[in-house]
Amino acid sequence: MAIDKNSVEYVAHLARIELQSKELEKLSSQLKDILSFIDKLNRIDTARINPTSHILPISNVLRQDQSKDSLAADKALENAPKKQGDFFSVPKVIE
Amino acid sequence: MELHSQSGHQLLDLIKNKKTTAKEVWESLESRVRAIDTKVNAYVRKDEKREPSLKPDSQQEGKLMGLAVTIKDNICTTGMNTECCSKILKNFSPPYDATVINKLKTNAASIFNLKANMDEFAFGSSTENSAFMATRNPWDLDSVPGGSSGGSAAAVAADEAIWALGSDTGGSIRQPAAFCGVVGLKPTYGRVSRYGLIAFASSLDQIGPLTKDVEDSAILLEAIAGHDQYDSTSVDIAVPDYKKSLGSGIKSVKIGIPKEYFIEGLDPEIKKIVGEAIDQIKKLGAQVQEVSLAHTEYAVAVYYIIATAEASSNLARFDGVQYGLRVEAGKDSSAGMIEMYKKTRGSGFGQEAKRRILLGTFVLSHGYYDAYYLKALKVRTLIKQDFDHVFKELDCIITPTSPSAAFKIGEKVEDPLKMYLSDIYTISANLAGIPAISLPCGFTKKGMPVGLQILAKPFDEETIFKVAHAYEQATPWHKRKPEL
Amino acid sequence: MNRRHPGISENQNYNMPYEAVIGLEVHIHLKTKTKAFCGCSTEFGSPPNSQTCPICLGFPGSLPALNSQALDYAIKVGLALNCKVQEYTKFDRKHYYYPDLPKNYQISQYDLPISRDGFLDIYPQGIKKMVRIKRAHLEEDAGKLMHKEQSSLVDFNRTGIPLLEIVSEPDINTPTEAYEYLASLKSIIEYLGVSDCDMEKGSLRCDVNISIRPQGIEALGTKVELKNMNSFKGVKDALTYEIGRQIEALESGGEIIQETRLWDTVSAQSISMRTKEEAKDYRYFPEPDLPPFIISQKKIEEIKKTIPELPREKMRRFIEEYGLSEYDAAILVSNKNNADYAQERLKAWPDKNKKPVANWLIGPLTALASSNSIAISEVKITKEDFLELVDLVENKQIVSNLVGKTILVEMSSSGKSPSLIIREKNLAQVSDVESLEADVDAALKENLKSVQAYKEGKNNALMFLVGQVMKKTAGRANPKVVQEILKRRLA
Repeated sequence: MAIDKNSVEYVAHLARIELQSKELEKLSSQLKDILSFIDKLNRIDTARINPTSHILPISNVLRQDQSKDSLAADKALENAPKKQGDFFSVPKVIE
Repeated sequence: MELHSQSGHQLLDLIKNKKTTAKEVWESLESRVRAIDTKVNAYVRKDEKREPSLKPDSQQEGKLMGLAVTIKDNICTTGMNTECCSKILKNFSPPYDATVINKLKTNAASIFNLKANMDEFAFGSSTENSAFMATRNPWDLDSVPGGSSGGSAAAVAADEAIWALGSDTGGSIRQPAAFCGVVGLKPTYGRVSRYGLIAFASSLDQIGPLTKDVEDSAILLEAIAGHDQYDSTSVDIAVPDYKKSLGSGIKSVKIGIPKEYFIEGLDPEIKKIVGEAIDQIKKLGAQVQEVSLAHTEYAVAVYYIIATAEASSNLARFDGVQYGLRVEAGKDSSAGMIEMYKKTRGSGFGQEAKRRILLGTFVLSHGYYDAYYLKALKVRTLIKQDFDHVFKELDCIITPTSPSAAFKIGEKVEDPLKMYLSDIYTISANLAGIPAISLPCGFTKKGMPVGLQILAKPFDEETIFKVAHAYEQATPWHKRKPEL
Repeated sequence: MNRRHPGISENQNYNMPYEAVIGLEVHIHLKTKTKAFCGCSTEFGSPPNSQTCPICLGFPGSLPALNSQALDYAIKVGLALNCKVQEYTKFDRKHYYYPDLPKNYQISQYDLPISRDGFLDIYPQGIKKMVRIKRAHLEEDAGKLMHKEQSSLVDFNRTGIPLLEIVSEPDINTPTEAYEYLASLKSIIEYLGVSDCDMEKGSLRCDVNISIRPQGIEALGTKVELKNMNSFKGVKDALTYEIGRQIEALESGGEIIQETRLWDTVSAQSISMRTKEEAKDYRYFPEPDLPPFIISQKKIEEIKKTIPELPREKMRRFIEEYGLSEYDAAILVSNKNNADYAQERLKAWPDKNKKPVANWLIGPLTALASSNSIAISEVKITKEDFLELVDLVENKQIVSNLVGKTILVEMSSSGKSPSLIIREKNLAQVSDVESLEADVDAALKENLKSVQAYKEGKNNALMFLVGQVMKKTAGRANPKVVQEILKRRLA
């Protein structure tokens, strides 16, 4: 499956990554090669095979509805690039 | 012999016998780092202000008796930054310790106050993708130490660490262990808690020890293994006394050698050295036979779909809102938030990270999910079945760890696909969730270490330790040190 | 009278009849103590970012662990809504970028929701209508965003609170039906005790999808999504407006654009979001950090047993067993605690005719509760005292209705029994003819104009005079006896 520059641009938008035009060129070509390599999977017939999403045969992992200590607000905000009082601050979001 | 040159179990004995203290060991490590790390670059952020209290007092009661453990930069530690060697996590100081850190502390270990270098977000097989610098292989400073746990492996090999923790998603503990001539173990998926490990691929990641010998590996694994209520994928199976597996001989052990691992692409020198190691193991009494892991050739493709898909998802959170790098658009920008995301991630992620995120996003996207992601999950089932089939009859599988010894710095970094293919022997163990170790089995003519890989059934690390230890004790490899 | 198609809202004169096709998407906060995937508290109204931890903040390295109570509550709601509970269920990641979503993905459920294919019966205008429930699934809530002049502020207290998303099939055809659907849903869920369903506090949110089509046409019209309603009435108003807007657009030759519109309560209009909406690619894939869940038949049975008699059944039973009218029964069952309170009293009333008790519950007791801003189940009057009062008023007629009401108030504030209050305050109704004749005569003397009016044929005057006697006796006179005496005197 070939992936063209437009697709890469669209995917970069989905992933919220800004690419410089040189980057876009290079990455598009590299991704194309990698996807060609990956296409070898089409050689295998998997029509009757179940997918493995979880490698361990475990299920029903649950925890009790019991409270645990929360972080103090200042700890939660310690790494914040920008804050206002006890809030995280971000550029204005327009809805 | 210098304190820093000894293994963990040797030092534990010395401490128990009051011949030294954990504090002295720490100081020995510090002076070793000062002496040679400018050459090796195993550690990062050496100028960072750290908690001085991490250094142990003279004596510490507990299994690990205050000995320092070196931690890879993707495992959360309070009191020290945890940045995954990426620009986007610059200055991130986690408000919590990873579960393995808590377990180490419970066992009276001390946490070394320098973090080990790595490929950014564990994306890589050479530690050249670190945002800081490349780590050098202690056996040849122009060669890579392997990756992504290259810093951890190099530190142990160069005696800048007694032992270290790394992480393994597709071989990131085992391959650098092989390149650096140390022991590296990837535990069974679910054996060790992932809580506090900054995730790369959630269904493949495991934290594991990098050590100077097999006994140390057993000691460290026992200290960090076990069920964790904070990790829903950690398994509630009792942690055995792994030391009991050591020294019991391997006479009845049945070993398989998969034919698909010994084809073109494997360096002839490695093939020869690994062949000799297998002969040695036969001499020790194990029964060896050829087996088939029929879907081996698809493993890299499957891995690069699943791992990048999960990575693209796990890395979505790095956006400049709550921590790390933030690059804001100009004040006039009306799409301020989107711009911030794009610029932050555009400048914060390195090339390999971008490549994987884009690939992962693509294989999950509308219209491609079935052809790629779902398909990969199905082939994963086939790969797992290959191992299940072999393990019905046999106890473990032996292969080379890597198709070549350490390559030169800069040799593969411009060719991602070539780089990916160097993981070909290690990747399947992650896909199947089984435990695997790499330990030294010889040296190339150029004097570079070669690694032997042993794989076993889920939660059967005991067989791995048994076989590895028997081989190690019958050979001189673990006693050799690089000249630095 | 013109039988208008139910889909058309009031006050319209359009060229052809239209039908509205409406689907509702309701999110409810499950009332667990802690969040879905971590042990932080779910309490409402705490200081910003004080109920967070590495997990709900989505800090690097954190992992989710599912709250068993959230799962049980989700199953409970599914069963109460007649759904099939999924035997094998799992979580999936839903990816999108927004500052109130810490991981930039939400842990939700995609293809194997916890329950599906259920229904809810509503009774618009008394006729049963089934609204099919497509699915109900578990997911985590996002944080709260506040917009300032130059920036937006984020509070992550709400992230991670367990949500149940209940999606109906587009079986609803009028704003009133939508309102009833919401009211019934809320009522049932309150009965289960799993959510407060309070739109004002944000524990219930509702988005609607609406399209219209000419009556008789099968093809669906263009769907518009409406958001930002913050009350059930708001939903009804928004739908009413939107139906009108869409019909007018079509009738004037325009077209409906598929979009999301926000309801603005102030201007009472739906407003286009105007931003170019791109098709969302959520890139769902199974959540690798949470192993799947297998719900056994045993578990389902266990949870089924915890489901109480639901409002509709209770109402039917109130009607059959207690002979209440549908109207009265509906009022009593609308809130579970009130229904239990009422049922206790209705059951204990020895007579077959329960209407007097119902009347006193719905009338004076409800009024008393409202005036104190509490629920009727919170009124502190014992069952015995309450029934005694009803008996004294309705059967024994010791006091009039009016006096009875004041006694009720006294009972709730003092905790005293009605007979004690009657004794202490000398409130017993006077039926003694002799003593009343004196009061009647006095009233007649003081109200000659009314006497005259009565004699001229104005019957109102009689009631006025009865009232005057009641005043004189501080309400204690038996009005029937007073009336008889007056008639005799005035004859």
